[in-house]
Amino acid sequence: MKQEYDVIVVGAGPAGSTCARYAAAQGASVVVLEKDRDVGMPVRCGEAVSNRSLEKIVDIDPRWIAATIRRFRLVSPSGQIVEPDLGGHGFVLERRLFDYDLARLAVEAGAEVHTKSYVDGLLPSENGWQGVALQWKGERREIRGRIIVGADGVESRVGKWAGVDTTTHMRDMETCAQMTLSNVDLEDDACEFYFGNDTAPMGYLWVFPKGNGMANVGVGISGMASKQRAAIRYLKDFIARRFPGAGVLTTVAGGVPCAVTVDTLVKDNIVLVGDAAHQVNPMSGGGITSGMFGGKMAGEAIARALARDDLTLLQEYPRQWEKDIGAKHRTYHRMKSAVYKFPDETLDDIARKVLALSPEKRTIWGVFRTALRHQPALVWEMVKVFGLGR
Amino acid sequence: MLLIEIKPNTCDFCGCCVGVCPEDAIELQEAQISIIEERCTNCAKCVWVCPFEVLLFNKPQKTKAEA
Repeated sequence: MKQEYDVIVVGAGPAGSTCARYAAAQGASVVVLEKDRDVGMPVRCGEAVSNRSLEKIVDIDPRWIAATIRRFRLVSPSGQIVEPDLGGHGFVLERRLFDYDLARLAVEAGAEVHTKSYVDGLLPSENGWQGVALQWKGERREIRGRIIVGADGVESRVGKWAGVDTTTHMRDMETCAQMTLSNVDLEDDACEFYFGNDTAPMGYLWVFPKGNGMANVGVGISGMASKQRAAIRYLKDFIARRFPGAGVLTTVAGGVPCAVTVDTLVKDNIVLVGDAAHQVNPMSGGGITSGMFGGKMAGEAIARALARDDLTLLQEYPRQWEKDIGAKHRTYHRMKSAVYKFPDETLDDIARKVLALSPEKRTIWGVFRTALRHQPALVWEMVKVFGLGR
Repeated sequence: MLLIEIKPNTCDFCGCCVGVCPEDAIELQEAQISIIEERCTNCAKCVWVCPFEVLLFNKPQKTKAEA
């Protein structure tokens, strides 16, 4: 590890590694500091992505794909099953391979990656920050950097240290418990989502196939619901009911900030990406590809700012994020806030109404349009923002 | 007085509690977690969001004089 770099990236998840890759590709010296001993572990994620998003951001290696998803199965509290047309397909990833390869791509572009590197503070300078303080293999270190990227996940402490409000509100924090199961009998091309107050209050429970009789099964509930009962209890109840003979390979906890993007993505020479910037899709809770898009936009803006020695060019990143994704996420957040408190009767009523639609109207958007039929202003906003057919 | 307690043996170090902490009062390393007593206001948000019920809120014990 050197004393000084152009760019210090805190966190080697998909957003951090992608940012490092694009900054390093233009010749910047980049270091990625990861607190854990390994990149990609432990996996705190449902691991599902849409093919269209993933294709846009990276060349897909078949080794990353555990299962290809062609069907969504939405299960209402009373057990009605809606299978909306996806209009595409999705993947369940092997995140431990995926994240590792994204870090490798950053290294191939010229970045350094250091694990067991726990950043615990910023070093102030006259007009911003001149580096980070860290514990590296148990040793105290300080390294300098012209630009510091907070890709430190749901914790998002780099942003807090720089004075950006990155705290996630309780209602927007989806608190998650997830298990990897073996010995389960599942169709390998269908993702299941369960809704309802007894299963996943203010959130959902997922069952994603991973091939070879394995599945990624997890639940995310709002922090407001978690006050009464913790996520792990909902998950254990469900698995005992649905997969009594399964073997449990891993049990992990996690938190997903399902909020609007933080209002300050760039402050002085501090740049925030991924979960740390609340770039998760607040409706689905998916944050892999949106975090990578954030990382790419940030990495490219960083490269330009360094090449022209003008840090004001960093502001291109928040502008591009807002235009391409940020505005959509605000609509998603309003949609989530409208639907996630629906009582079980309403959810069952929506399922009944969707099942009564003609098959060609039974799309994901058909589901939302039905769910939000009492809020025409929000439906109109969906149509406008996402350019949907009337 | 710090009223929040962490059961470190059952913690999965996921960072959910750190994400909701308005005071940046939780230090989380790969497999170590601790509360910074000087910053903690005992707001208990961390206790509520923990997916594994690892954090506990210990109600202050009233002494006989107070009761």
